[in-house]
Amino acid sequence: MKKKTLAITPKLGLHARPASLFVQTSSRFQADVKVSKLMDGEEVVVNGKSVMGLMMLAAAFGEKVQITVDGPDEEAALAKIEELFRKKFDED
Amino acid sequence: MIVIKGVAASPGIAIGKAYTVEPEEIVVSRVEIPPESVRQEVKRFKGAIDATFRDLDQTEAKVLKMLGKEHAKLIDTHRLILSDPLITKDVSRRIAEERVNAEFALSEALERINRAFEKIQDEFFRERRHDLFDVGKRLLSHLMKQEKKTLSGIRAPAILVARNLLPSDTLNLRESDVLGFVTDLGGKTSHTAILAQSMKIPAVVGLSDASHRIKTGDELILDGDQGLIIIHPSPEAVTKYQKARIDALKEEEALDALRGAPALTADGHKVKMMVNLDGIDELKTVAALKPDGIGLFRTEYLFLNRTSAPAEDEQTKAYLAAARAFDGLPLVIRTADIGGDRTAHLGLETSKNEQNPFLGLRGIRLFLRHSELLKTQFRAILRAAGSGKVKIMLPMVTTLREIQSARRVFQQAVQELSAEGTPVNKKVELGIMVEIPAAALTLDALLEEADFVSVGTNDLIQYLLAVDRVNEDVAHLYDPFHPAVLRVLREIVETAHKRGKTVTVCGEMASDPKAAGLLVGLGVDALSVSSRMFLRIKQIIRRMSLERTREAVQQAAAQADSDAVRRVLAALDS
Repeated sequence: MKKKTLAITPKLGLHARPASLFVQTSSRFQADVKVSKLMDGEEVVVNGKSVMGLMMLAAAFGEKVQITVDGPDEEAALAKIEELFRKKFDED
Repeated sequence: MIVIKGVAASPGIAIGKAYTVEPEEIVVSRVEIPPESVRQEVKRFKGAIDATFRDLDQTEAKVLKMLGKEHAKLIDTHRLILSDPLITKDVSRRIAEERVNAEFALSEALERINRAFEKIQDEFFRERRHDLFDVGKRLLSHLMKQEKKTLSGIRAPAILVARNLLPSDTLNLRESDVLGFVTDLGGKTSHTAILAQSMKIPAVVGLSDASHRIKTGDELILDGDQGLIIIHPSPEAVTKYQKARIDALKEEEALDALRGAPALTADGHKVKMMVNLDGIDELKTVAALKPDGIGLFRTEYLFLNRTSAPAEDEQTKAYLAAARAFDGLPLVIRTADIGGDRTAHLGLETSKNEQNPFLGLRGIRLFLRHSELLKTQFRAILRAAGSGKVKIMLPMVTTLREIQSARRVFQQAVQELSAEGTPVNKKVELGIMVEIPAAALTLDALLEEADFVSVGTNDLIQYLLAVDRVNEDVAHLYDPFHPAVLRVLREIVETAHKRGKTVTVCGEMASDPKAAGLLVGLGVDALSVSSRMFLRIKQIIRRMSLERTREAVQQAAAQADSDAVRRVLAALDS
């Protein structure tokens, strides 16, 4: 199992388009992908392969989310997800 | 007559009879299924998903034809929702584990997601649940083999009244005789509101219980500009709104006819009218206004919301796009005016005692401190300048030394590019923004180094009157008609003209219908206006007399306060 905390890079937050890019990326891997965020002091965990789940986090620009990947290809999956954040979800 | 205030979702006025749609009550009952039927039930659910995918394909074709590619992305979102494990996996699991019918499993799953979304504070994210309902409803209607009622059935022109409208309902309105719509639910940023705006259908949303109060056939006025509706309006209100509606339509036509018309005052003086550009996604809209050039290309958007400064190539691409769109017309690119509080994101060290960012390290001050940023931007602009009329403008200049330092960096950029074999347009002018009172008062000295001047009125007024516009306790003191503003502007124009340099005003004053004429009367050479106000300001210029305004402005500048200034200027229109 691998964990990583990342800050949301798209300007409008993790809205429909970046969320769907996230899902497209995470769905290419076997590993289980979970995304969590602290909301009102409570940790909310959603499935990283679910667009609705990701949007439920209402993660705004700059907010931190924790990514947890678990499975045979977890390392590659996390690397691709990190790349997505680094490239700001291809927003330009 | 009852007036209800809601949220203005899409502008325009509609007057007519109401057509109230009853909320579609889909009653889902819980039916237990025997273990041997589970597979069959899951299969039935998958069948409904496939049918809904086909629906989406049809809707996509419709949207593409009617509204274009940008809006068709909404359908992609709906497809993703439809294949979301929160629906596909969760419903199948519920069917298998709880041994319930697909309809019940689906409505339970939807309700669970809805409850989670309802808790979200951020309206933008919360409103996205309507897309979920839209998809969910389609799925349910396929499972229950119900025809989903479409609103395109409305025949006589009417104002649609509903508890809620889903994006797909809204799309169907185009084919019907709907004059506008009002809903109890919804916010300004919902897909329904955005679609209404691009379909040019007036709409008011968020009216709480309007759909209960309004019956089909009730007389209704919908004011999409103010965000209100009037039920059973008085004859006077109807007359007033009919007139407003016709006036608005006429006004829009009159303004539209001004595209490409010369910006000449009534007494025949040409006024140069340019546009402010905030990013290259606006190029098409701005070019359609046929301006005399771009008086201010704000490049901040390239630098914001990111963790490192934009690379030279990325910048060149943006400047080149603008230069090509306005080939042969002046294009004034301002180096990024970034304030002290925003630098952290660019990976620069930040000052810890930036208590007053408006008086802090911003604009040219920041870019001279980190001159590599300035040089990169100069290089990018020079590479895009080609043979066009590209000019560079420096923001927040206070001293002659700042311009000299910037020029040195500029020369370095020119030399580097030449050494690399890139042809450089040596005629690129370097001008300054005058927005600090000290710069206005010593402009004669600054003009030794600056090729042209553009006045940023927002900051100039803020610094001149010592008013923070964001502070609501003093915001009312921010006043473009303060005689001090007029006197400083007059001083700027006179000083520049004495030295044969031109003055543009690119601040908000140039886009203010009440102030634009005054600037022309002060002798400003060009106005650079926001694209939204461009045609409106052109219309004002075409109606004004320069000779008369000139006299009035001199008289206005001599007044004691802004009320007196306003009275003098108002007398011009009477």
